[in-house]
Amino acid sequence: MTAAAATGTLAATVGTPAVNFVIFAFFVVLTLAIAISAAGTNRSTTDYYAGGRAFTGWQNGIAIGGDYLSAASFLGIAGIIALSGYDGFLYSVGFLVGWLFVLMLVSEPFRNTGRYTVADVLDLRLKAVPVRAAAALSTLTISLFYLLAQMAGAGALVSLLLGVSNSAGQDIIVAVVGLLMIFYVLVGGMKGTTYVQIVKATILAAGAAVTTIWVLSKAGFSLSALLHHAAASSAAGKAVLGPGLEYGANTVSKFDFISLAIALVFGTAGLPHVLMRLYTVPNAREARRSVVWTIWVVGLFYLCTLVLGFGAMWLVGGKQILAAPGGGDSAVPLLAFKLGGTLLLGIVAAVAFATILAVVAGLTITASACFAHDVYAGVLRGGEAEPGEEVRVARITAVVIGAVAVVGGIYAKGINVAFLVGLAFAIAASANLPSILYSLFWPRFTARGALWSIYGGLISSVGLIIFSPVVSGQAHPAPGATASLITDPHINFAFFPLNNPGIVSIPLAFFLGWLGTVTDRQPADSARFARMQVRALTGVGAERGGRS
Amino acid sequence: MVPNQSGRGSVTSTTTTQSAQSARGSASGYEAVRASRDFWTLRRRFGSFVVPACALFITWYFLFVIIAVFAPGFMRTSVFGDINVGLCFGALQFVSTFAIAVSYRRWAQRRLDPLSGRLRQRLEGGRRQ
Repeated sequence: MTAAAATGTLAATVGTPAVNFVIFAFFVVLTLAIAISAAGTNRSTTDYYAGGRAFTGWQNGIAIGGDYLSAASFLGIAGIIALSGYDGFLYSVGFLVGWLFVLMLVSEPFRNTGRYTVADVLDLRLKAVPVRAAAALSTLTISLFYLLAQMAGAGALVSLLLGVSNSAGQDIIVAVVGLLMIFYVLVGGMKGTTYVQIVKATILAAGAAVTTIWVLSKAGFSLSALLHHAAASSAAGKAVLGPGLEYGANTVSKFDFISLAIALVFGTAGLPHVLMRLYTVPNAREARRSVVWTIWVVGLFYLCTLVLGFGAMWLVGGKQILAAPGGGDSAVPLLAFKLGGTLLLGIVAAVAFATILAVVAGLTITASACFAHDVYAGVLRGGEAEPGEEVRVARITAVVIGAVAVVGGIYAKGINVAFLVGLAFAIAASANLPSILYSLFWPRFTARGALWSIYGGLISSVGLIIFSPVVSGQAHPAPGATASLITDPHINFAFFPLNNPGIVSIPLAFFLGWLGTVTDRQPADSARFARMQVRALTGVGAERGGRS
Repeated sequence: MVPNQSGRGSVTSTTTTQSAQSARGSASGYEAVRASRDFWTLRRRFGSFVVPACALFITWYFLFVIIAVFAPGFMRTSVFGDINVGLCFGALQFVSTFAIAVSYRRWAQRRLDPLSGRLRQRLEGGRRQ
């Protein structure tokens, strides 16, 4: 690929923002209309937090897929495959396999024993205000991390797709994303947000499928031929078809990948915005069905990203991807332009933009519900708040979170998106998952064990990230590695060698939950466990959904 | 992680009051259901599928990760054309995930739902009286 051709493509990308803008505007108007029409039916607290529990399994399954397939998956994973080949595929396997935990261990008991938030489940079992506060803190931390990851991606993406290259223009667009998202959440509540997710996931799946078939047709519908062409056009040659290009450099990077793999497989079952969606269906059976739907959506989508990634490696080429703004994240947009010109690029751009909007809205509603329901009503008011007051607090919180996300997104511009999401998974697996599983299945579990596990997991995972190369010590990274947040080479407090803390913090959180429980002088409450277990497995006393 | 141990803690007077308040007097109903034969069967059935299935997919997944990290040469072995062992192994992870998900859904619908429905009716019917 010559420099002139590369410049030509980029100039063309910048030259068609009008088309991209029209498609963006169409999507924004469509989703705003959905949010406004959902607003009329938002009456009760359950409407606002859980969409009236009226969604069917397949609707919710697609919406969960929409929440899960963030910009990091769509652009990030395809980008890693386009640049490092097979190693990106390892990422997507981890992102998919973890869903089996959600399906078999979490979805049904969770729907049966909680009402709106993660902390509800722990509260039914342990009845302790400090546990609710701890669970709320971990939900808020995970949501903010994830939110920051999405907003960080928005700036880079928009600069590529709308041709807004100056910094002030990008900031304005990040602010517009924030305002739109606040509007969806305030007006549409969980119901509006869910419909936006369904629309987005459908467009995303359709866009990915069309582009995948297009790429395959160029290779004569032979996967082997596609891989052959991709390897031939890569600087690394056949090495891209096997593992090790990104993670195989040395022992540290190998263990870093194992740590990431642990975080991905255990993290999904601890993500608060995914768990909260389980409450939007009428009963546990629909919750189970929705997770099976999600597994199909997510799995087929990741198989498409494999083709898209190798397709971009072949048709666009690594050099041009690295040269584009956004680096690896630009692989799919560039591939779309190469294949279908301005129109397909516009569609892919709109899908990516929609993805960020929808995921940010989903995270905002989760964080605001958590603050209003757990912190305000549960902890500050001791469970005495009026339902109307709670929703009012949730709406105010959504505005505050939106503002924080905008400011954070402006400052976090340019940080690798897939990477930040991997960290959010590690925090979710450490701070949330152990106490959820112990509460549901371990009769002896006590409030003390829950506090040790939540705070231990939260502090160890966040702490290890602070003292890792993510924050300091990697001012001039090797090609392919990510630079630290602190780029001053004189500041280095990275004593933890791995980027992902999962390999330490997840076992530690499970261990602390056990230790805190067995050293507790207070015996476990067997009546509460009996109630928890009977409710978890039979659904007695769970709020039914729908208006039928 | 397995719901088959019995509660070993003793019920103190304070906790009885608490659960009596929040469960509206049906705490003894829950304990009775928990001690019933149907519930025991439900718990055992749930564990008998979920525990081996989780153990299987976790082992299978980490086998994939460990081989990818420590034996990349094996993963690059060609199967046919440019399709290598690593790609087939990865694809099989997808296939196994789909297969476990679908078979769990079918199995749960057939073996768990009727039983849990019966228990639910018994408890909720008792409450309405």
